[in-house]
Amino acid sequence: MSETGRHEDVPEEILPGERETAHEGAVSTADNPFADPGLPAHEHRAQDIDDRAARRSERTVALLFLVSMIATVGFIAAYVAIPIDKIVYIWPIGHISALNFALGLTLGAALFCIGAGAVHWARTLMSDVEVADDRHPIEAEPEVKAKVLADFKMGAEESQFGRRKLIRNTMFGALALVPLSGVVLLRDLGPLPGTKLRTTNWKKGVRLVNQSTNLPLRPEDIAVGSLTFAKPEGLEEDQEDFNEKIAKDALMLVRIQPQDIKDKKELAWSHEGIVAYSKICTHVGCPISLYEQQTHHVLCPCHQSTFDLSDGGRVIFGPAGHALPQLHITVKDGFLEAASSFAEPVGPSFWERG
Amino acid sequence: MKKLSARRRHPLAALVVLLFALAVTGGLYAAFAPADKAQADDTAQSLAIKEGKKLYAVGCASCHGSGGQGTTDGPSLVGVGAAAVDFQVGTGRMPAQQPGAQVPRKKPIYNDAQREQLAAYVASLGPGPSVPEKSQYSSDGANIGKGGELFRTNCAQCHNFTGKGGALTDGKFAPTLEGVDPKHIYEAMETGPQNMPSFGDGSLSKQNKKDIIAYLGAVNGDESESPGGLDLGGLGPVSEGLFGYIFGLGALVAVAIWVAARTTKAKKS
Repeated sequence: MSETGRHEDVPEEILPGERETAHEGAVSTADNPFADPGLPAHEHRAQDIDDRAARRSERTVALLFLVSMIATVGFIAAYVAIPIDKIVYIWPIGHISALNFALGLTLGAALFCIGAGAVHWARTLMSDVEVADDRHPIEAEPEVKAKVLADFKMGAEESQFGRRKLIRNTMFGALALVPLSGVVLLRDLGPLPGTKLRTTNWKKGVRLVNQSTNLPLRPEDIAVGSLTFAKPEGLEEDQEDFNEKIAKDALMLVRIQPQDIKDKKELAWSHEGIVAYSKICTHVGCPISLYEQQTHHVLCPCHQSTFDLSDGGRVIFGPAGHALPQLHITVKDGFLEAASSFAEPVGPSFWERG
Repeated sequence: MKKLSARRRHPLAALVVLLFALAVTGGLYAAFAPADKAQADDTAQSLAIKEGKKLYAVGCASCHGSGGQGTTDGPSLVGVGAAAVDFQVGTGRMPAQQPGAQVPRKKPIYNDAQREQLAAYVASLGPGPSVPEKSQYSSDGANIGKGGELFRTNCAQCHNFTGKGGALTDGKFAPTLEGVDPKHIYEAMETGPQNMPSFGDGSLSKQNKKDIIAYLGAVNGDESESPGGLDLGGLGPVSEGLFGYIFGLGALVAVAIWVAARTTKAKKS
């Protein structure tokens, strides 16, 4: 069978075994559209045949490297010379720090020019002759393989690994136990949360303090349509764990006309229409306080969960799974205070929440 | 000359009669209408209220009711105070052009004098916040740093960290605070226009409001500094990501194409 004949039998693909013959280019592409045409003939660039063009390219590359050097010097000079608080106006960026601008510009130019010079060098001056390198098997020679296997067998015998079972088994035991120390260390990832996820600092008798003015809140401070943020009395911003605590304790207070409150429990837990809700979204715990005073809807900016504060904090849109927890409030000595702790965990759902 | 009665079947006859009748009725009313009550309290204030009432009847009563009691199309104006009027009319939001999710800011329709008259009239309907003095919203004696903290706690959730605005539900939005008169910002906090909650003095003290306004002036004014460079609208990761994807990746793609492009070959001669 001639070679052309064989290829006409399998015109759809060139099987691996036949690749050798296909590479020889014995088949004309007119007969077989899938034949490998091989590498195209090399064509010279202007730089390859014209010495002046080559010198021009050389100068361009050198110029790019030179610009990079100047830019680096400029970077150091700018770092030394420009004061850190100097602001300049640069169109179209606006009022910007002169130091940042100079450092960014010079370092950017220094790095870019090195890259651009190298690429221009490779494209115009380095050889562009395409070279194809065939793959070879990476398997070892049979004699080498046989020797390695023989060596291994001899080593296994000399070590008496198979014969001395006590050594073998105790070694297995030692190796199996060693990773346990690593597993035990995982316990250091943190103390278990305990009741932390279920409790806050709100409990019966804790006064509501305005987070903005730091004053205890009176019912008359909360007007219909207003929005006020409260923290529990005793939690101060200069405390070390303030952020950790406010992440659970943050409260928003709004006042809704009592006849507009649809949920009976909400009405019972309110004081003259003042309702206190957790500020932490029950989806993944974003602070949620995009309150629309005409609709009483609260929108979470992270995933658009929407809660209806006039209906028990019910979820009316979005991925949140639980209603917004309400804090039962009351008034004592003219100040608002919690009548109990939160009845349910605030913030996002967790595995054991139930 | 034809008699007048000869033209009684002219097509325009009915119109002429109607105009005549209207003119006579109006003229008679003007002549015999009861004179205004004696001007016992003819102070500037009561004059302003009277003028404001006239403007109100023409421009506002259709939605807010003839006495400011509110209708299904507009809320009651009893007790909203002069500050609310100064804000709504001064920013051009009122009178509203059309009903919708939210009434946007536009060029004011009433001039300063008319706005003051309207404010005087609405303030007379019930006690409410008055228009703030310049000393209340100027940045003298304000703590910009504290203002930033207060803004991030109370305002940033809707208006963005530097007051660039943001989206709410069902087509409502928190407008940008860029280029808004400090007086209007103060009034908005005090009165809570449209769906914005109000922040009365029990919620944010007078000094708190002053600090917030000073903070906005520092971060969102014409001269505000942006030391990090192009702030891309200050909208955060959305505009930054878009810029990165289009211009950052675009530049990388362009460079990659240049690196891999075939070099020009010498012409065969």
